[in-house]
Amino acid sequence: MTSIAVTSVGDVNEETLEKIQQHLRGALHCETRRILKSPRPEFAFDHKRMQYNSSLIMRDLLHHPCGETTKLLALTEVDLFIPMLSFVFGQAQLNGNIAIVSQARLHQEFYALPPNRDLLFIRTIKEVMHEIGHAYGLIHCINQDCPMSLSTTIQQLDKKGSLYCQNCTALLKESKQSPSLDV
Amino acid sequence: METQWDILVVDDEEVMRESLAAWLREDGYAVDTASSGREAIAKTKIKDYAIYFVDLKMPGGIDGIETMMEIKHLHEDTSIIIITAYATVDTAIAAMKEGAQEYIVKPCNPEEISLLVNRIIKVKNLQRENTILRKKLTQQYSFQDIISKNSKMHDIFQLINEIASLRSTVLIHGESGTGKELIARAIHFSGDRSQKPFVSVSCAALAETLLESELFGHEKGAFTGASSQKKGKFELADEGTIFLDEIGDISTKLQMDLLRVLQEKSFYRVGGSEEVHVDVRVIAATNVNLEDAVREGQFRDDLFYRLNVINIILPPLRERREDIPLLAKNFIERLSHELSKNVADISENALKILLDYDWPGNVRELENAVERAIVTCKGRILTEEDFSFLCHNGKRKNGWHAPTNMTLAEAEKEIIAATIHRTNGNIKEAAIILGIDRSTLYDRIKRYGIER
Repeated sequence: MTSIAVTSVGDVNEETLEKIQQHLRGALHCETRRILKSPRPEFAFDHKRMQYNSSLIMRDLLHHPCGETTKLLALTEVDLFIPMLSFVFGQAQLNGNIAIVSQARLHQEFYALPPNRDLLFIRTIKEVMHEIGHAYGLIHCINQDCPMSLSTTIQQLDKKGSLYCQNCTALLKESKQSPSLDV
Repeated sequence: METQWDILVVDDEEVMRESLAAWLREDGYAVDTASSGREAIAKTKIKDYAIYFVDLKMPGGIDGIETMMEIKHLHEDTSIIIITAYATVDTAIAAMKEGAQEYIVKPCNPEEISLLVNRIIKVKNLQRENTILRKKLTQQYSFQDIISKNSKMHDIFQLINEIASLRSTVLIHGESGTGKELIARAIHFSGDRSQKPFVSVSCAALAETLLESELFGHEKGAFTGASSQKKGKFELADEGTIFLDEIGDISTKLQMDLLRVLQEKSFYRVGGSEEVHVDVRVIAATNVNLEDAVREGQFRDDLFYRLNVINIILPPLRERREDIPLLAKNFIERLSHELSKNVADISENALKILLDYDWPGNVRELENAVERAIVTCKGRILTEEDFSFLCHNGKRKNGWHAPTNMTLAEAEKEIIAATIHRTNGNIKEAAIILGIDRSTLYDRIKRYGIER
């Protein structure tokens, strides 16, 4: 069985990190632990795009000594991109050990709307479930209620739920690396 | 079952191609990468990718457009998305002109790229589904190598299944080009003789003495030039099937010999005294009415009754017009491959021409017409222009006045002689123009004493 180590890249609300761990333990029935946060990743800052290169941050996170049976989930407030795309909500190694989620575009303020902490947390959880699912080998799901469905806009993210559908749960159970799930 | 689609990402920048590949893999696609145009072309030669993402500007001699052209040359139906950091109208036009399906500027919106890939895959799924359905439909209408959805033909297919493993002789009656030999083959290959020889003989193509030697073989010295013993078609077909085409054209003597084989299951080689025993199933075919020939004393009635144990009457193509589109598409698929042409389909207007035509030469004439159209076709779809020769034939018919002062046989002789003259004695070409097979033409030449 694998466990999930949770960290932050740059400053992130501590309460959010704690609530994420609680959700992961409840939803995936796995162990979680907090590890030391990393500083704001200036090495990954792209001056032309004014964003942070997600692939470079992921590469840096690989050096975290988490152990082979542990997935590392990083949360950040910086706006992420991959070179081909204008932005990403998060990124993960498919069937690998690293996943990162950015809250930058999950804030209502990013869309010129009044802040909403509860909504921010719900969105964060959905994106965390999506990226950690990729780390467990899940690909995008056609069930639009499932957090593993692809969301390229905040509206799509808001439509989906925060618990895996039956198919993805079954696939996760089949995976050797999977946490012990009770469906 | 969902099809696994493969994607190739071609970009000289590692971070660019790997990040795009990783993003596409999360969507469930099998993604390969190539760092140059040359590597992409090499991979394309091994694998057929559904979608290519090709960076426009790449060093190393082959840029994105050249890479795309080479890929298109190898897999014409593939979808190529050109990606570039520099959006200019000229390069966009150049890429689209050379066959790029889409043109995107990096970095692009995740939604844009996701919709793009989904749209292409949706079309590819539909195309694949269409191909599978068409194949299933053809299989549904095919029996051995014969394609038809006509009810009379389906009754024949059922009859073939019932009689395939019997030893009874079969007499197939049908106009030239209706596929009499195909029916004979279907009977042979559906039955328990299928692993044994199937031997076909055109009785009209040979003179009597030659035909006798061909059928029964000859001993050494049986006639001038018989320098060694030779087995005849009956011996070669032992335990299998012999197909005697144009049976109505054999001489009285051969009719007697054939009757003996059918009764005794044995015969003598020409010039031989030793009886040869064989186990051969006889399937005969004719395009003339043998009952009339019997009535006129041209054909032995006892042989007719021996042959006519099971009777199959093949309808002409004009009586099963519903098969024309099915047959035409089947010929296109087979012949475009054989002729190394890239013709994939036929237009509605061209099909209308085929449906309106009377096809005196039946399926063989249709096959020849499709072949001629494929040879001259410039595009991927056969159009009405490609079948204009059929319309010309029709016009000529309209302006032609039938002679009223000669017998039908005289008219036939005149037409055949004129056609052979026109083709400078080329029998194959003359047979195609006349819409009859070569053996029928040889028979008429012999019957009317036409000079070649």
